[in-house]
Amino acid sequence: MRRRSWFGFLATVAAGLAVAFLVVPIVAIFANASPGRLIEALGEESARDALWLSLRTTAIAMAIVVVVGAPAAYLLALRDFRGRALVLTAIELPLVVPPAVAGIALLAAFGPQGIFGSAIAGAGIELVLQTAGVVVALLFVSAPFFLRQAIAAFAAIDPRLLEASRTLGAGPFRTFATVAAPSARAGLASGLALAWGRALGEFGATLMFAGSLQAVTQTAPLAIFAEFNRPDGFVAALALSAVLIVVSAVLLIGIKLLGGDRAVEGTER
Amino acid sequence: MKRGLSLEVDTPLRDFPLRVELAVDPGERLAVVGPSGVGKTTVLRLAAGLLSPASGRVSLGSEVWLDTRASVDLQPERRRCGYLFQDYALFPHMSAWGNVAFGVRGARRQRRDRALQMLERFGVAGLADARPETLSGGERQRVALARALAADPQVLLLDEPLSALDPVTRKGSLRELHGLLEELEIPVLVVTHSFDEAALLADSLVVLDRGQVVQRGSAAEISARPRSAFVADFAGAVVLRGTASTEPGGLTLVHLEGGGAVRSTDRGEGRVAVSVFPWEISLEPAGSAPADSVLNRVEGEIASLTSVGNRVRVGLAVPQLLSMEVTARSAEAMGLEAGARVTAAWKATATRLIQV
Repeated sequence: MRRRSWFGFLATVAAGLAVAFLVVPIVAIFANASPGRLIEALGEESARDALWLSLRTTAIAMAIVVVVGAPAAYLLALRDFRGRALVLTAIELPLVVPPAVAGIALLAAFGPQGIFGSAIAGAGIELVLQTAGVVVALLFVSAPFFLRQAIAAFAAIDPRLLEASRTLGAGPFRTFATVAAPSARAGLASGLALAWGRALGEFGATLMFAGSLQAVTQTAPLAIFAEFNRPDGFVAALALSAVLIVVSAVLLIGIKLLGGDRAVEGTER
Repeated sequence: MKRGLSLEVDTPLRDFPLRVELAVDPGERLAVVGPSGVGKTTVLRLAAGLLSPASGRVSLGSEVWLDTRASVDLQPERRRCGYLFQDYALFPHMSAWGNVAFGVRGARRQRRDRALQMLERFGVAGLADARPETLSGGERQRVALARALAADPQVLLLDEPLSALDPVTRKGSLRELHGLLEELEIPVLVVTHSFDEAALLADSLVVLDRGQVVQRGSAAEISARPRSAFVADFAGAVVLRGTASTEPGGLTLVHLEGGGAVRSTDRGEGRVAVSVFPWEISLEPAGSAPADSVLNRVEGEIASLTSVGNRVRVGLAVPQLLSMEVTARSAEAMGLEAGARVTAAWKATATRLIQV
């Protein structure tokens, strides 16, 4: 038998450590809460409100991300213009901005004292301490995940496919809808999964921009934190966490299955 | 009524300007030939509207597609050229019939029927539900041709239609494509880097070099009277038409249209195109006795002599125009001149046959 090299051995150990470290905390949540207690915790109104709010706000945010983000990404992927690199960097900036900073930034822009504050108030729109504010915060932190993947996916399409579509009588919109979007399906799906995951976990920006009002702006992560801060609230926090993990996992896997095999691998050409 | 395509464009490419003027009548097949990177594909893209030139005019009959002076520039979807892309550009997420039906209008049922009818015409009806990735190169080409023609385009544009095929498939495909293009009643513009393909597929050729048209004419004329060393190097095999039959002993005998006969080691029966490279042919004084094993000896009158550097292109009326190449020194030694009768000789093994 061939002797295994010391590096092969070390790499195996490293891989084992990495996987274990990432999986153990997740497993611990389920190990700490019995199914009975999980169901009991979900019976509480605040927990149900928080989950329902999270699902609603993230779904609305993702709908906006896809409807606005997909055509935007298509344009940015195919059109060459001056300052393109700058624009691409700018839309990725929220990825590296700390959530607390994102919250402050949103307040500075759209808050009551923000630069667009009076214009927004004038239009009769209220964001702060409102569900709509949650959606804005989610959009800001999650859209870049989708845009990045979508731009890469559209840029990877053979331009001749798009040209073939045009010569066959399809205008720009039909070309986008029937050739470009299906060709980029895997990348769009994996981008959506990442964005949705990020939105479900969003905490800091939402808290600072929209607050933590039960049934209005208290999303599941905020409710977990609220439970955790209550005396003897750890179990309730644990239960809500477990549910959030299941919901996130179902969404992630569902979207990736929709996107086809390549999305499951998460790789693009 | 079928209309002719005319194109006159001037636009800068990366290294040189592209200046091309050409016209293709309905039912005519024009080839734009030249080595890689001279702007051939750009001509097709300009015709289809995938690219807009700095200045120029493109029209189909009286319908103006592009006129930079009048600020007319029709989008590609409004020109609706049948366009065969070099690598066929089939939509990978659609079945073969979905690809063919893409450009067809109407209800799903009608579109599918039309697609199946086109696939049938190209002999690939059995692959209607197959995905492009599962098709061979030759099958992809047929599906792509079916797609390009399904919506009854007014013009057919072909970009290197055979270059994505392996050599064996290419020969069969060349024959089929020749037959197809002969049947079409619309203008056909084909781009190829292969002079031989152009000679077989097109009625007339436009030779392009660095964005400029350097010579126009039939393949035989261009090969026999190249206007420059560049064209001479590029203009390869000339094509003669004839009727083939198999001789006892396995060789194929071809009676040339207009007279004369040649032999080939290739198989063939019925109508064929005979191709032979100018540099495979040697010249002898007329009436000289056969001195070697060369089977093909055709006597004719010298129609033209064109000096290209250290060699001379000789156009010989046999009576179809055959071109050959001799060194300048031997042309002088033999005292070649227009009107003189000479014998062209070449081996049966250097004679390629393509069934047409």
